[in-house]
Amino acid sequence: MRKFETVTSVGAPLPQINIDTDKIIPARFLRTIERSGLGRHLFNDMRFDAEGNEKPDFVLNQAAWRGANILVVGDNFGCGSSREHAPWALADYGVQAILGTDFADIFYNNSFKNGLLPIKLPAEERDKLMEDAQRGENARITVDLENQVITRPDGEQIAFEVDPFRKHCLLNGLDDIGMTMERAASIDSFESRDRIARPWLYAE
Amino acid sequence: MSEPRTLFDKIWANHLVDTQEDGTCLIYIDRHLVHEVTSPQAFAGLRAAGRGVRRPDATIAVADHNIPTRPGARTGVIENEESRIQVETLERNVVEFGVPYYPIEDVRQGIVHIIGPEQGMTQPGTTVVCGDSHTSTHGAFGALAFGIGTSEVEHVLATQTLIQRPARNMQVDIEGALPPGCTAKDLILAIIGRIGTAGGTGHVIEYTGQAIRDLSMEGRMTVCNMSIEAGARAGLIAPDDTTFGYLKGRPHAPKGAAWDAAVAVWKRLPSDPGAVYDKVVRIPADEIAPYVTWGTSPQDALPVTANVPDPAEIDDEDRRQAVQRSIDYMGLRAGQPLQEIAIDTVFIGSCTNGRIEDIRAAAAVAQGRRVAGSVRALVVPGSGLVKEQAEEEGLDRILTEAGFEWRDPGCSMCLAMNDDRLAPGERSASTSNRNFEGRQGQGGRTHLVSPAMAAAAAVAGRLTDLRDLD
Repeated sequence: MRKFETVTSVGAPLPQINIDTDKIIPARFLRTIERSGLGRHLFNDMRFDAEGNEKPDFVLNQAAWRGANILVVGDNFGCGSSREHAPWALADYGVQAILGTDFADIFYNNSFKNGLLPIKLPAEERDKLMEDAQRGENARITVDLENQVITRPDGEQIAFEVDPFRKHCLLNGLDDIGMTMERAASIDSFESRDRIARPWLYAE
Repeated sequence: MSEPRTLFDKIWANHLVDTQEDGTCLIYIDRHLVHEVTSPQAFAGLRAAGRGVRRPDATIAVADHNIPTRPGARTGVIENEESRIQVETLERNVVEFGVPYYPIEDVRQGIVHIIGPEQGMTQPGTTVVCGDSHTSTHGAFGALAFGIGTSEVEHVLATQTLIQRPARNMQVDIEGALPPGCTAKDLILAIIGRIGTAGGTGHVIEYTGQAIRDLSMEGRMTVCNMSIEAGARAGLIAPDDTTFGYLKGRPHAPKGAAWDAAVAVWKRLPSDPGAVYDKVVRIPADEIAPYVTWGTSPQDALPVTANVPDPAEIDDEDRRQAVQRSIDYMGLRAGQPLQEIAIDTVFIGSCTNGRIEDIRAAAAVAQGRRVAGSVRALVVPGSGLVKEQAEEEGLDRILTEAGFEWRDPGCSMCLAMNDDRLAPGERSASTSNRNFEGRQGQGGRTHLVSPAMAAAAAVAGRLTDLRDLD
């Protein structure tokens, strides 16, 4: 996984509530066996018409926000399915941080596995950032994970919380599986106890 | 005396492998279900790192999302190239990694959340995961079951564990008996309508109360299936004699002395008296009616006798905009009676409502009636075994005589990854779980209902109250 580094970008405003994973990447684009290349279908049906032409009113199709690395989003972003294709598409497009109030659990979890930082903020802080985002072009926002601080275009700083383990993994680009493999002895010992407690869950 | 614990607390404690200083937990996974859409990148990751599958005996795989359901189509080559590659990739991966697989030609093939319980893989007190959000279905057995992303699929394949933090406990209590004409689907739609699509975020919902106890295992699966639509990490129902009766004798269920030992363990799982929940919601069962959704979020659920909401009457700005947007997308008008809404398509199936009792409920409405001339109505059994049993009971004949299409098993029009989908602007009454924009096909419009209500809509050609059918 790529290491998370401080990101400075305009924030693309997506104020709609409940933007679900079918909106982030419709199911017909899940027929892939690759992780890469999904950015071109990000927000497909919001972003393109049925003929594949850009919808000019969609935020990422407007010059000020095209290619934004930060999204500022409405409540409950990422609700719906468990598809990791949603964070894959976001990361592939170039999104590195998503600023919102709350996120659906599976989407939130999946994001961290892909170098993508979702940040939960109180509604009033998110609303300020939404206003910044709506100003466009020169209103650049900085997200600094190391110091857990967001800097608004006017220099005001907003602190945020993040799980220390997830922060550590993001900053160092660590692979969960490798770390868990180092705890194999604990897993072995759990299994030997469990085989006695619940033998019917193990093949003969 | 130890603190009273919830069902969730007990399952969590029983699966804790270790806890880090910062509170991050490593939990053991008993059962892993794998399908073709969310696994290819996970197997590729294992291959790249030279890792194997730790417990093939705790894993099953099946292809369901991409499978064609037109009669006869499954024996041929899947026409869509990407779909075909995805299924073929799974077939290669299960051989390479030694994972048990139900191939398309096997009668046991079907939707992963239908066949797990059907085969007795899902058992009380276990942890069950799958790269699919509707894994919450298995919570009906008192199993902690939740959807995971592909990175976690790879993590479980390699280590049989997951890195997690405990969820909070939420109780949804439904006291009293459901009124006539109301089903598990109406109940869960009413719950989501009440608590909202983020009402369960960060929580595991335990469903309690007489209306839940009275449900069959299949009804309980419908309720738990849609827990994710309330934002919950998982849904749970305490195991009881209904659970044990369903499980006994299934292929992967324990047998003989092991069965007795297992039941003794399972009986200790229900929440202790006095256990504390972080959040409690109580809904009297007599408030439930046949429900439909009118909008593009599962929380947009109302009794079928109600009208489309009027945005002008909503104070919250975000909510008002969301309602207006839904009304526009759905092609409705504020205040319109829901029963005036004409439909083009009916879909009966999915992991929410593709089991035998669902087909029976649809057939009971279809018997002696005709699908309205303008309506295309599909019945897609959830598995080959459901299909076989329905045919033994003559349900397929009742349905086809009434004008329904009788299909082969698969996920089908629930998410339109195969060739069953709505055309832009087309409107469905669907027994599936999501009414998101474009969920059943780009530009398609979905109204979520129970199987009986879907069959009634097929007959009437519009959303209708099944209690009013002649």
